[in-house]
Amino acid sequence: MSEPSEHAHPIVGPGVYLVILFALLVGTALTVWASFVDLGFWNPIIALAIATTKAALVLLYFMHLKYSSKLTMLAIAGCAFLFLTLISLTLAEYISRAWGNW
Amino acid sequence: MRGWKARIGIAGKKRRPVPNSQATANSGPDGGEHGENHDHPSYLRHHFHSVEQQADAANFAMWIFLATEAMFFGGLFTAYLVYRNWYFPAFVAGSHQLNVIWGTLNTVVLILSSFTMAMGVWCAETGRRRGLVLCLSLTFVLGIGFLGIKGIEYREKIEKHHFPGLQYNLSSFLDPQSDPDVFKQYHDKPLSLDMARHTEIYFSLYFAMTGMHALHMIVGIGVLGFMIFRARAGAYTSGHVTFVENFGLYWHFVDIVWIYLFALLYLISRH
Repeated sequence: MSEPSEHAHPIVGPGVYLVILFALLVGTALTVWASFVDLGFWNPIIALAIATTKAALVLLYFMHLKYSSKLTMLAIAGCAFLFLTLISLTLAEYISRAWGNW
Repeated sequence: MRGWKARIGIAGKKRRPVPNSQATANSGPDGGEHGENHDHPSYLRHHFHSVEQQADAANFAMWIFLATEAMFFGGLFTAYLVYRNWYFPAFVAGSHQLNVIWGTLNTVVLILSSFTMAMGVWCAETGRRRGLVLCLSLTFVLGIGFLGIKGIEYREKIEKHHFPGLQYNLSSFLDPQSDPDVFKQYHDKPLSLDMARHTEIYFSLYFAMTGMHALHMIVGIGVLGFMIFRARAGAYTSGHVTFVENFGLYWHFVDIVWIYLFALLYLISRH
Protein backbone atom coordinates (compact mmCIF):
# COMPACT_ATOMS: atom_id res chain seq x y z
CA MET A 1 0.00 0.00 0.00
CA SER A 2 2.08 2.90 -1.27
CA GLU A 3 -0.43 5.71 -1.03
CA PRO A 4 -3.14 6.15 1.58
CA SER A 5 -6.68 5.39 0.51
CA GLU A 6 -8.83 8.42 -0.17
CA HIS A 7 -11.55 7.29 2.21
CA ALA A 8 -12.44 8.71 5.56
CA HIS A 9 -14.39 5.66 6.72
CA PRO A 10 -12.56 2.63 8.08
CA ILE A 11 -11.77 -0.09 5.54
CA VAL A 12 -14.10 -3.06 6.07
CA GLY A 13 -12.16 -6.31 5.88
CA PRO A 14 -12.77 -9.88 4.67
CA GLY A 15 -13.78 -11.10 8.13
CA VAL A 16 -16.88 -8.92 8.24
CA TYR A 17 -17.74 -9.76 4.61
CA LEU A 18 -17.49 -13.51 5.33
CA VAL A 19 -19.80 -13.23 8.34
CA ILE A 20 -22.33 -11.25 6.28
CA LEU A 21 -22.09 -13.73 3.39
CA PHE A 22 -22.81 -16.56 5.83
CA ALA A 23 -25.77 -14.65 7.34
CA LEU A 24 -27.20 -13.98 3.86
CA LEU A 25 -26.92 -17.65 2.88
CA VAL A 26 -28.58 -18.71 6.14
CA GLY A 27 -31.33 -16.12 5.50
CA THR A 28 -31.88 -17.53 2.00
CA ALA A 29 -32.13 -21.10 3.35
CA LEU A 30 -34.50 -19.93 6.08
CA THR A 31 -36.85 -18.07 3.72
CA VAL A 32 -37.01 -20.99 1.26
CA TRP A 33 -37.71 -23.38 4.13
CA ALA A 34 -40.42 -21.07 5.53
CA SER A 35 -42.10 -20.94 2.12
CA PHE A 36 -42.66 -24.73 2.27
CA VAL A 37 -44.53 -24.45 5.58
CA ASP A 38 -48.16 -23.38 5.37
CA LEU A 39 -48.44 -20.41 7.70
CA GLY A 40 -51.40 -18.85 5.88
CA PHE A 41 -51.52 -15.12 6.44
CA TRP A 42 -47.96 -15.10 7.87
CA ASN A 43 -46.15 -16.54 4.83
CA PRO A 44 -45.76 -13.23 2.93
CA ILE A 45 -44.97 -11.31 6.11
CA ILE A 46 -42.18 -13.70 7.11
CA ALA A 47 -40.78 -13.78 3.56
CA LEU A 48 -40.71 -9.97 3.39
CA ALA A 49 -39.27 -9.67 6.91
CA ILE A 50 -36.39 -12.02 6.00
CA ALA A 51 -35.86 -10.19 2.68
CA THR A 52 -35.73 -6.85 4.50
CA THR A 53 -33.23 -8.23 7.03
CA LYS A 54 -31.03 -9.48 4.19
CA ALA A 55 -31.34 -6.14 2.38
CA ALA A 56 -30.38 -4.32 5.60
CA LEU A 57 -27.27 -6.49 6.00
CA VAL A 58 -26.23 -5.75 2.40
CA LEU A 59 -26.87 -2.02 2.88
CA LEU A 60 -25.10 -1.71 6.23
CA TYR A 61 -22.01 -3.84 5.59
CA PHE A 62 -21.49 -4.53 1.85
CA MET A 63 -22.52 -0.96 0.97
CA HIS A 64 -20.80 0.50 4.06
CA LEU A 65 -23.90 2.46 5.11
CA LYS A 66 -22.98 1.76 8.75
CA TYR A 67 -19.76 3.72 8.23
CA SER A 68 -21.25 6.44 6.01
CA SER A 69 -21.86 10.11 6.71
CA LYS A 70 -25.06 11.32 8.35
CA LEU A 71 -25.94 13.02 5.05
CA THR A 72 -25.95 9.67 3.20
CA MET A 73 -28.00 8.01 5.93
CA LEU A 74 -30.48 10.87 5.81
CA ALA A 75 -30.80 10.57 2.02
CA ILE A 76 -31.47 6.82 2.26
CA ALA A 77 -33.95 7.28 5.09
CA GLY A 78 -35.66 9.97 3.00
CA CYS A 79 -35.85 7.62 0.03
CA ALA A 80 -37.34 4.83 2.18
CA PHE A 81 -39.85 7.22 3.74
CA LEU A 82 -40.91 8.60 0.35
CA PHE A 83 -41.33 5.09 -1.08
CA LEU A 84 -43.39 3.89 1.90
CA THR A 85 -45.55 7.03 1.71
CA LEU A 86 -46.24 6.57 -2.00
CA ILE A 87 -46.99 2.87 -1.63
CA SER A 88 -49.35 3.40 1.34
CA LEU A 89 -51.20 6.26 -0.36
CA THR A 90 -51.58 4.16 -3.52
CA LEU A 91 -52.87 1.16 -1.58
CA ALA A 92 -55.22 3.36 0.50
CA GLU A 93 -56.67 4.64 -2.77
CA TYR A 94 -57.14 1.18 -4.26
CA ILE A 95 -58.67 -0.21 -1.06
CA SER A 96 -61.11 2.68 -0.53
CA ARG A 97 -62.14 3.05 -4.21
CA ALA A 98 -64.38 -0.04 -4.24
CA TRP A 99 -65.29 0.25 -0.54
CA GLY A 100 -68.11 -2.16 0.26
CA ASN A 101 -68.25 -3.60 -3.26
CA TRP A 102 -65.87 -6.52 -2.75
CA MET B 1 -0.76 14.11 -16.09
CA ARG B 2 -4.21 12.66 -16.31
CA GLY B 3 -6.30 15.81 -16.05
CA TRP B 4 -8.73 16.50 -18.85
CA LYS B 5 -6.68 19.45 -20.02
CA ALA B 6 -3.69 17.20 -20.55
CA ARG B 7 -5.83 14.68 -22.40
CA ILE B 8 -7.29 17.15 -24.85
CA GLY B 9 -3.88 18.71 -25.33
CA ILE B 10 -4.24 22.20 -23.87
CA ALA B 11 -0.75 23.35 -22.96
CA GLY B 12 -0.55 24.61 -19.40
CA LYS B 13 1.60 27.64 -20.14
CA LYS B 14 -0.68 29.12 -22.79
CA ARG B 15 -3.68 28.93 -20.54
CA ARG B 16 -5.31 32.08 -19.30
CA PRO B 17 -4.74 32.72 -15.61
CA VAL B 18 -7.28 30.98 -13.40
CA PRO B 19 -8.97 33.07 -10.72
CA ASN B 20 -8.00 31.97 -7.25
CA SER B 21 -11.46 30.85 -6.30
CA GLN B 22 -11.39 28.17 -8.99
CA ALA B 23 -7.95 26.93 -8.25
CA THR B 24 -8.36 25.82 -4.68
CA ALA B 25 -6.93 22.40 -5.39
CA ASN B 26 -3.56 24.01 -6.01
CA SER B 27 -2.43 25.53 -2.78
CA GLY B 28 1.24 25.85 -3.75
CA PRO B 29 2.88 28.83 -5.41
CA ASP B 30 2.52 27.20 -8.83
CA GLY B 31 -1.24 27.30 -8.52
CA GLY B 32 -2.98 26.35 -11.77
CA GLU B 33 0.06 24.78 -13.39
CA HIS B 34 0.44 21.04 -13.70
CA GLY B 35 4.17 21.38 -13.32
CA GLU B 36 6.78 19.55 -11.32
CA ASN B 37 5.64 21.04 -8.04
CA HIS B 38 1.98 20.21 -8.16
CA ASP B 39 1.00 18.97 -4.79
CA HIS B 40 -2.23 17.05 -5.19
CA PRO B 41 -3.01 13.60 -6.65
CA SER B 42 -3.63 13.56 -10.39
CA TYR B 43 -7.20 12.31 -9.88
CA LEU B 44 -8.27 15.31 -7.77
CA ARG B 45 -10.45 17.53 -9.94
CA HIS B 46 -9.78 21.24 -9.56
CA HIS B 47 -13.28 22.18 -8.45
CA PHE B 48 -12.88 20.16 -5.26
CA HIS B 49 -11.14 21.32 -2.14
CA SER B 50 -9.67 18.02 -1.14
CA VAL B 51 -9.62 14.32 -2.03
CA GLU B 52 -12.00 13.65 0.87
CA GLN B 53 -14.52 16.18 -0.44
CA GLN B 54 -14.32 14.69 -3.94
CA ALA B 55 -14.82 11.16 -2.62
CA ASP B 56 -17.74 12.25 -0.42
CA ALA B 57 -19.43 14.05 -3.34
CA ALA B 58 -19.05 11.06 -5.67
CA ASN B 59 -20.33 8.68 -2.99
CA PHE B 60 -23.32 10.86 -2.18
CA ALA B 61 -24.20 11.27 -5.86
CA MET B 62 -24.12 7.49 -6.28
CA TRP B 63 -26.53 7.06 -3.38
CA ILE B 64 -28.89 9.63 -4.89
CA PHE B 65 -28.76 7.76 -8.20
CA LEU B 66 -29.56 4.51 -6.38
CA ALA B 67 -32.48 6.28 -4.64
CA THR B 68 -33.94 7.11 -8.07
CA GLU B 69 -33.41 3.48 -9.08
CA ALA B 70 -35.19 2.35 -5.92
CA MET B 71 -38.16 4.57 -6.80
CA PHE B 72 -38.16 3.16 -10.34
CA PHE B 73 -38.28 -0.46 -9.16
CA GLY B 74 -40.67 0.68 -6.42
CA GLY B 75 -43.24 1.54 -9.11
CA LEU B 76 -43.05 -2.01 -10.45
CA PHE B 77 -43.31 -3.46 -6.94
CA THR B 78 -46.39 -1.32 -6.25
CA ALA B 79 -48.04 -2.47 -9.47
CA TYR B 80 -47.32 -6.06 -8.46
CA LEU B 81 -48.81 -5.52 -5.00
CA VAL B 82 -52.02 -3.91 -6.32
CA TYR B 83 -52.62 -6.54 -9.03
CA ARG B 84 -51.80 -9.38 -6.67
CA ASN B 85 -54.53 -8.17 -4.32
CA TRP B 86 -57.02 -7.81 -7.17
CA TYR B 87 -56.37 -11.10 -8.97
CA PHE B 88 -55.05 -13.17 -6.10
CA PRO B 89 -55.96 -16.67 -7.45
CA ALA B 90 -54.39 -15.85 -10.83
CA PHE B 91 -51.18 -14.65 -9.15
CA VAL B 92 -50.99 -17.77 -6.99
CA ALA B 93 -51.44 -20.04 -10.03
CA GLY B 94 -48.93 -18.00 -12.04
CA SER B 95 -46.37 -18.13 -9.24
CA HIS B 96 -46.70 -21.93 -9.09
CA GLN B 97 -45.24 -22.04 -12.60
CA LEU B 98 -41.91 -20.73 -11.27
CA ASN B 99 -39.21 -23.17 -10.24
CA VAL B 100 -38.11 -22.47 -6.65
CA ILE B 101 -34.89 -24.47 -7.12
CA TRP B 102 -33.69 -22.27 -9.99
CA GLY B 103 -34.74 -19.18 -8.03
CA THR B 104 -32.87 -20.26 -4.90
CA LEU B 105 -29.78 -21.14 -6.95
CA ASN B 106 -29.86 -17.71 -8.58
CA THR B 107 -30.22 -16.02 -5.18
CA VAL B 108 -27.13 -17.88 -3.93
CA VAL B 109 -25.20 -16.99 -7.11
CA LEU B 110 -26.07 -13.31 -6.73
CA ILE B 111 -25.23 -13.19 -3.01
CA LEU B 112 -21.85 -14.81 -3.78
CA SER B 113 -21.26 -12.21 -6.51
CA SER B 114 -22.04 -9.43 -4.01
CA PHE B 115 -19.49 -10.98 -1.64
CA THR B 116 -16.79 -11.14 -4.35
CA MET B 117 -17.60 -7.53 -5.29
CA ALA B 118 -17.24 -6.41 -1.66
CA MET B 119 -13.91 -8.25 -1.53
CA GLY B 120 -12.92 -6.46 -4.74
CA VAL B 121 -13.53 -3.09 -3.05
CA TRP B 122 -11.39 -4.23 -0.13
CA CYS B 123 -8.60 -5.30 -2.51
CA ALA B 124 -8.73 -1.90 -4.23
CA GLU B 125 -8.65 -0.05 -0.91
CA THR B 126 -5.64 -2.02 0.28
CA GLY B 127 -3.79 -1.87 -3.06
CA ARG B 128 -4.02 -5.55 -4.05
CA ARG B 129 -3.98 -5.49 -7.85
CA ARG B 130 -4.08 -9.25 -8.48
CA GLY B 131 -6.73 -9.72 -5.81
CA LEU B 132 -8.85 -6.99 -7.39
CA VAL B 133 -8.60 -8.55 -10.86
CA LEU B 134 -9.52 -11.96 -9.39
CA CYS B 135 -12.52 -10.59 -7.44
CA LEU B 136 -13.84 -8.60 -10.38
CA SER B 137 -13.43 -11.63 -12.68
CA LEU B 138 -15.31 -13.88 -10.22
CA THR B 139 -18.09 -11.27 -9.97
CA PHE B 140 -18.20 -11.15 -13.78
CA VAL B 141 -18.47 -14.96 -14.05
CA LEU B 142 -21.15 -15.18 -11.34
CA GLY B 143 -23.13 -12.41 -13.08
CA ILE B 144 -23.01 -14.37 -16.36
CA GLY B 145 -24.06 -17.48 -14.42
CA PHE B 146 -27.08 -15.66 -13.03
CA LEU B 147 -28.15 -14.58 -16.51
CA GLY B 148 -27.64 -18.14 -17.79
CA ILE B 149 -29.97 -19.58 -15.15
CA LYS B 150 -32.47 -16.77 -15.83
CA GLY B 151 -32.26 -17.73 -19.52
CA ILE B 152 -33.12 -21.37 -18.70
CA GLU B 153 -36.15 -20.16 -16.74
CA TYR B 154 -37.26 -17.82 -19.54
CA ARG B 155 -36.98 -20.64 -22.07
CA GLU B 156 -39.26 -22.84 -19.93
CA LYS B 157 -41.87 -20.07 -19.82
CA ILE B 158 -41.65 -19.37 -23.55
CA GLU B 159 -41.88 -23.07 -24.44
CA LYS B 160 -45.06 -23.37 -22.34
CA HIS B 161 -46.44 -20.23 -24.04
CA HIS B 162 -46.50 -18.30 -20.77
CA PHE B 163 -44.88 -15.25 -22.34
CA PRO B 164 -47.61 -12.57 -22.57
CA GLY B 165 -48.91 -11.91 -26.05
CA LEU B 166 -50.81 -13.54 -28.90
CA GLN B 167 -49.30 -16.97 -28.24
CA TYR B 168 -50.31 -16.96 -24.55
CA ASN B 169 -51.73 -20.32 -23.51
CA LEU B 170 -54.25 -20.76 -20.67
CA SER B 171 -54.36 -24.56 -20.48
CA SER B 172 -52.11 -24.81 -17.38
CA PHE B 173 -54.66 -22.70 -15.50
CA LEU B 174 -57.99 -23.88 -16.99
CA ASP B 175 -56.97 -27.54 -16.70
CA PRO B 176 -54.08 -27.86 -14.18
CA GLN B 177 -53.85 -31.65 -14.72
CA SER B 178 -52.65 -30.98 -18.27
CA ASP B 179 -49.47 -29.62 -16.66
CA PRO B 180 -48.42 -32.67 -14.57
CA ASP B 181 -45.04 -31.34 -13.32
CA VAL B 182 -46.69 -28.39 -11.60
CA PHE B 183 -49.90 -30.25 -10.68
CA LYS B 184 -48.19 -33.03 -8.73
CA GLN B 185 -46.47 -30.36 -6.61
CA TYR B 186 -49.33 -27.95 -5.94
CA HIS B 187 -52.66 -29.71 -6.83
CA ASP B 188 -54.14 -26.42 -8.10
CA LYS B 189 -57.88 -26.24 -8.76
CA PRO B 190 -58.94 -25.05 -12.23
CA LEU B 191 -59.49 -21.30 -12.56
CA SER B 192 -62.48 -19.73 -14.26
CA LEU B 193 -61.76 -18.41 -17.76
CA ASP B 194 -61.87 -14.81 -16.55
CA MET B 195 -59.43 -15.42 -13.69
CA ALA B 196 -57.19 -17.64 -15.83
CA ARG B 197 -56.79 -14.82 -18.33
CA HIS B 198 -55.43 -12.61 -15.55
CA THR B 199 -52.43 -14.92 -15.12
CA GLU B 200 -51.13 -13.03 -18.15
CA ILE B 201 -50.82 -9.96 -15.89
CA TYR B 202 -48.73 -12.00 -13.48
CA PHE B 203 -46.40 -13.02 -16.29
CA SER B 204 -46.29 -9.48 -17.71
CA LEU B 205 -45.08 -8.24 -14.33
CA TYR B 206 -42.78 -11.26 -13.94
CA PHE B 207 -41.06 -10.52 -17.25
CA ALA B 208 -41.04 -6.74 -16.71
CA MET B 209 -39.50 -6.99 -13.24
CA THR B 210 -37.00 -9.78 -13.84
CA GLY B 211 -36.24 -8.36 -17.30
CA MET B 212 -35.48 -4.90 -15.87
CA HIS B 213 -33.36 -6.57 -13.23
CA ALA B 214 -31.54 -8.62 -15.89
CA LEU B 215 -30.95 -5.45 -17.91
CA HIS B 216 -29.27 -3.92 -14.86
CA MET B 217 -27.16 -7.06 -14.56
CA ILE B 218 -26.13 -6.81 -18.24
CA VAL B 219 -25.09 -3.18 -17.79
CA GLY B 220 -23.19 -4.16 -14.63
CA ILE B 221 -21.41 -7.03 -16.39
CA GLY B 222 -20.39 -4.66 -19.18
CA VAL B 223 -18.91 -2.19 -16.69
CA LEU B 224 -17.20 -5.09 -14.88
CA GLY B 225 -15.51 -6.10 -18.13
CA PHE B 226 -14.21 -2.54 -18.54
CA MET B 227 -13.00 -2.49 -14.91
CA ILE B 228 -11.18 -5.84 -15.22
CA PHE B 229 -9.40 -4.46 -18.29
CA ARG B 230 -8.39 -1.30 -16.42
CA ALA B 231 -7.52 -3.08 -13.17
CA ARG B 232 -5.11 -5.39 -15.01
CA ALA B 233 -3.28 -2.26 -16.12
CA GLY B 234 -2.98 -1.15 -12.49
CA ALA B 235 -5.91 1.21 -12.10
CA TYR B 236 -7.87 1.61 -8.84
CA THR B 237 -5.17 0.17 -6.57
CA SER B 238 -3.09 3.30 -5.98
CA GLY B 239 -5.49 5.27 -3.79
CA HIS B 240 -8.22 6.30 -6.24
CA VAL B 241 -10.90 3.69 -5.56
CA THR B 242 -14.05 5.78 -6.19
CA PHE B 243 -15.02 4.01 -9.39
CA VAL B 244 -14.74 0.52 -7.89
CA GLU B 245 -16.54 1.53 -4.73
CA ASN B 246 -19.41 3.24 -6.56
CA PHE B 247 -19.76 0.32 -8.93
CA GLY B 248 -19.88 -1.92 -5.85
CA LEU B 249 -22.82 0.13 -4.54
CA TYR B 250 -24.63 -0.37 -7.85
CA TRP B 251 -23.96 -4.13 -7.85
CA HIS B 252 -25.16 -4.55 -4.25
CA PHE B 253 -28.29 -2.52 -5.07
CA VAL B 254 -29.08 -4.93 -7.93
CA ASP B 255 -28.59 -7.77 -5.42
CA ILE B 256 -31.10 -6.16 -3.02
CA VAL B 257 -33.68 -5.81 -5.84
CA TRP B 258 -33.30 -9.53 -6.54
CA ILE B 259 -33.70 -10.44 -2.85
CA TYR B 260 -37.16 -8.79 -2.97
CA LEU B 261 -38.04 -10.19 -6.42
CA PHE B 262 -37.21 -13.69 -5.18
CA ALA B 263 -39.46 -13.31 -2.14
CA LEU B 264 -42.36 -11.69 -4.01
CA LEU B 265 -42.39 -13.71 -7.24
CA TYR B 266 -41.25 -17.15 -6.06
CA LEU B 267 -41.96 -17.59 -2.37
CA ILE B 268 -45.04 -15.81 -1.01
CA SER B 269 -47.70 -17.61 -3.10
CA ARG B 270 -46.74 -21.23 -2.55
CA HIS B 271 -49.85 -22.13 -0.52
